[in-house]
Amino acid sequence: MKFSPRSKRKFSFLEAFKSMSFLTKLCFSWLVILVLTAIFADLIPGLDDPNYQAWLFDTTGNELRNDTPSWNHWLGTDVNGRDILARLIYGARVSLAVVASGVTCGVVFGGLFGSFVGYVRGKREAAVMATIDVILAFPGLVLLLTIITFVGARDLKVLCIIIGALSIPIYTRVARANALTISRREFVAAAEALGTKQRTILIKEIVPNVLPTVLAYALVAAAVLVALEGALAFLGLSVESPAPSWGNMINLARADLRVTIWPAVWPSLALVFTVFSLNNVGDWIRQKAQKRAAAI
Amino acid sequence: MLAARLVRLVATLLAVSFLTFFLVNTLPGDPINALIPPDAQQDQEFVAQLREEYGLNDPFLVRYGSWLGDAINGDLGRSVITDQLVTDEIKHRIPVTAELAVVSIGLALLLAIPLGVTAGYRQGTKIDQSISALAQFLLSIPSFIVGLILIYFLSIRLRWLPATGWTRLTESVTGNIKTVIMPAVSLALTEIAVYTRVVRSDMINTLKETYVLSAKSKGLKDRFILFRHALRPSSLTLTTIVGLNIAGLIGGTVVIEQLFALPGLGKRLLDAIFQRDFIMVQGVTVFMACVYVVINTCVDLFYMVIDPRIRRKS
Repeated sequence: MKFSPRSKRKFSFLEAFKSMSFLTKLCFSWLVILVLTAIFADLIPGLDDPNYQAWLFDTTGNELRNDTPSWNHWLGTDVNGRDILARLIYGARVSLAVVASGVTCGVVFGGLFGSFVGYVRGKREAAVMATIDVILAFPGLVLLLTIITFVGARDLKVLCIIIGALSIPIYTRVARANALTISRREFVAAAEALGTKQRTILIKEIVPNVLPTVLAYALVAAAVLVALEGALAFLGLSVESPAPSWGNMINLARADLRVTIWPAVWPSLALVFTVFSLNNVGDWIRQKAQKRAAAI
Repeated sequence: MLAARLVRLVATLLAVSFLTFFLVNTLPGDPINALIPPDAQQDQEFVAQLREEYGLNDPFLVRYGSWLGDAINGDLGRSVITDQLVTDEIKHRIPVTAELAVVSIGLALLLAIPLGVTAGYRQGTKIDQSISALAQFLLSIPSFIVGLILIYFLSIRLRWLPATGWTRLTESVTGNIKTVIMPAVSLALTEIAVYTRVVRSDMINTLKETYVLSAKSKGLKDRFILFRHALRPSSLTLTTIVGLNIAGLIGGTVVIEQLFALPGLGKRLLDAIFQRDFIMVQGVTVFMACVYVVINTCVDLFYMVIDPRIRRKS
């Protein structure tokens, strides 16, 4: 039996999109385009060249270094004559992979973990929260840097695993805080009074009600992750060159700032706009989630 | 109660040191690889001798115990690469990082408090919306991009400030200001956004309090009420947020010190990482985490000192 109230109206994507402000619509569209191009990058004609030298029609190779935007290279070329747009699109994959792994691990493991300890309380809760306090006592970037140094191998898979694992504690904290309030609600008491098993209450009552808040948090956390990967790549500690990532593109362009700024401008814009979009859409979803929480 | 807080502080510090030591010593990748290049590892005898010297053969807990004992006595070991004492390096470099952090927090508060107060006071108006939008925008620019923009305009185009390098305060005050200003502003922008939001939401709540109403009915000027009466409770929240933000700031200084080539602790950590200098990384990481934990304990204690309500409750 299900006790917590649920909305009778079916979720309509179109309606939700219409209720966004113009800016939020813009941000949302940017995120959708970003995700689609990153996923289907290999299908875009002329983009599958591993050296990122030809974009659409151009096959002249890498003679044009630090070139300005042109018909052949829509955003120009970088110091090695590689097409910036092509590298931006493949760089988006790195950001996307990091976000996907951080959010998935965080929501699944952190969300479940937090819901569990927030509901059962007692010694298990104390032990888990103490561990989390210690992990969160480290400045995040410093902990990340230390782990990356000692893991040695540095490719996208390893990076995703590390970031995924490090995402769990903070999500656990968020989920626990919510589970604490949810487990005091009358529908949980009702389920308990009827002798429902703890595990059933956890899965049917607690988790579904904790999830929206955790998901709303996930978008804001995603913005932090994109910026974090940017910083990491800027320091040369994300995917290894020549593989592109927005942060290492900016770092590469930094040396030529006196000659041309464009190779630095494009990835910076992509990074800033993506972080801004995630924050903006995240704020919008948080407001929706708050309204929903107030309703139940 | 003070004693309980101090016990917790010591427990956290121990746990933090243990976790760092655990990470550095058990993650894949033999520390011996960091000590000598692969081709030198053919010499089995030499490798065995090194293992003995660095105590790599002892059980994990024994190694942790002896390292902790040394650490408490102020000895974090010697750099594998340069043979410098880790503690000497920290002492030498912490002034740069500390100054950077203090100046950026100062700048951020100086700008965020008026912005937040105005936004909260004029809640819902165009001014409030613009300030909130500005805060959201500032929150979305990573500090290294702000740094690059500043370098491009102020150093490369206008040639007003040096793009990289550091002049110590003891050498020249104006030189020091010239080198600290761009890195500090880069770090401050994100913080401005965070603090403005906090002050704004605090202000909205405080302005509903009855004592604000009574101050108003006494005929006090709005500006006086805002900054003298309404801002006072916000000082508590702000202190907490500043304390919590130190973590982000420490991470930020690593990136910014690298960008501006400042001889700070963050730059040293990165150099050690690239050199795979595991003793230096271990020492600096423990130090940074401990600073963060200690600062937040101080914030908690400070909270109790200035707010009698919290003292009495617990």
